[in-house]
Amino acid sequence: MDQTVVSTGTEGKTWGGGNKPLKASYGKMMMWFFIVSDALTFSGFLAAYGFSRFKFIDSWPIADEVFTHIPFFHGSYPMIYVAFMTFILIMSSVTMVLAVDAGHQMKKAKVTWYMFLTIIGGLIFVGSQAWEWATFIKGDYGAVQTTGGNILQFVDTEGHRVAIRDFAVIDDHKERVQDERKKGIWFTSETALPTYTVEEVIKGLETHDNVLIRTQILNEEGEKTVLSRGESLKLLKDNGKMVVEGANLYVNEYGSPLFADFFFFITGFHGFHVFSGVVINIIIFFNVILGTYERRKNYEMVEKVGLYWHFVDLVWVFVFTFFYLV
Amino acid sequence: MAGHAHKLEILRGLIKFKSNTQKIWGVLILLSIVTAVEVVLGIYKPEVLMGQVFGMKALNWIFIILTIVKAYYITWDFMHMRDETKALRRVVVWTGVFLICYLIFILLEEGGYVFDVYKTGYIKHDF
Repeated sequence: MDQTVVSTGTEGKTWGGGNKPLKASYGKMMMWFFIVSDALTFSGFLAAYGFSRFKFIDSWPIADEVFTHIPFFHGSYPMIYVAFMTFILIMSSVTMVLAVDAGHQMKKAKVTWYMFLTIIGGLIFVGSQAWEWATFIKGDYGAVQTTGGNILQFVDTEGHRVAIRDFAVIDDHKERVQDERKKGIWFTSETALPTYTVEEVIKGLETHDNVLIRTQILNEEGEKTVLSRGESLKLLKDNGKMVVEGANLYVNEYGSPLFADFFFFITGFHGFHVFSGVVINIIIFFNVILGTYERRKNYEMVEKVGLYWHFVDLVWVFVFTFFYLV
Repeated sequence: MAGHAHKLEILRGLIKFKSNTQKIWGVLILLSIVTAVEVVLGIYKPEVLMGQVFGMKALNWIFIILTIVKAYYITWDFMHMRDETKALRRVVVWTGVFLICYLIFILLEEGGYVFDVYKTGYIKHDF
């Protein structure tokens, strides 16, 4: 009887099969493939951010003026908080790689401890990002949006920012109320009204001689253009349309709404990666405690989630540069 | 990884660590220094670095180069790319770098074009 297994005569040769040219396990290689595709996704987002920024290169918000807050402290501290967040994430990457190293040496107690520290680092990072979002959404000084969608901010004669709440003259008799379904026609409603109306801001600008308007246009020195007193009043009266406080997907008191859109989208997508990384780390953490990898006599699973975790750190390095530095 | 052998040299052999753990801490120090330099430059923005080089501020080029340096050490030492085979390294890095360069070129080029259209064309958006 003939054999059913065909002998090709290539056994033991290069193309005979059974080779492992990359010397990596299936799981690890698939993690690398995933990372490449995810890196391309993030690059697409960041390149799209770059597109919008180049499109409005002469009026893009200056990140140093947007992210200036630190929890529990007043005053302006650009970069400090985000540098802290970066350090936390790099630190949790270090504890992760220490966990992988301890795994290679089959030291269960050490792996457990380092995984725990990694999870804590991830949680601190996600919490910080939530705070950063909340601060950005709440806003700071307020601004007026024009009919054309441009943002007008307010400064004093020395160029320091002035908040609308500090100079607007409040009209006690204003009758405009928020339209809600229970008040007017049952199927119409609107979002919350800004605290001040444009008329109140105009009155405030008229009565405060030291307040000027700053437009979004960057001058030769890379600073925002400040208008004269006369130009300020004229521009606000002619074009002022709506008071904007904070940022959301439609308006942004710091400048182009696209800046806020990309900020929410990219840091949100990254934050979601951190969150899922924390969840996966927690699962692996419990597997380590239960001794799953001890029985398997190999901690490669820790290495694989480690790859993902470092990748999240890697992405943040780029987000940090393109949102906060450049 | 056969026998979990790690390559323990960084900076082309300038620094050689005694153990993998020591290398990890060494890389952390390196990354922290680079980040600190970025933050300090970002806060003080030295006047000498504000000149235009290849269509962008010199300072921005420094930030981008330092970022790529950080990315290199995260990938090579934290993700153990240094210990993988040359083929795996190239599959991952060349593919990514090629596609990302293309993407960046095409989008930034077009962004600049749209800016010019707004600036010199008949579309008015300052109202």
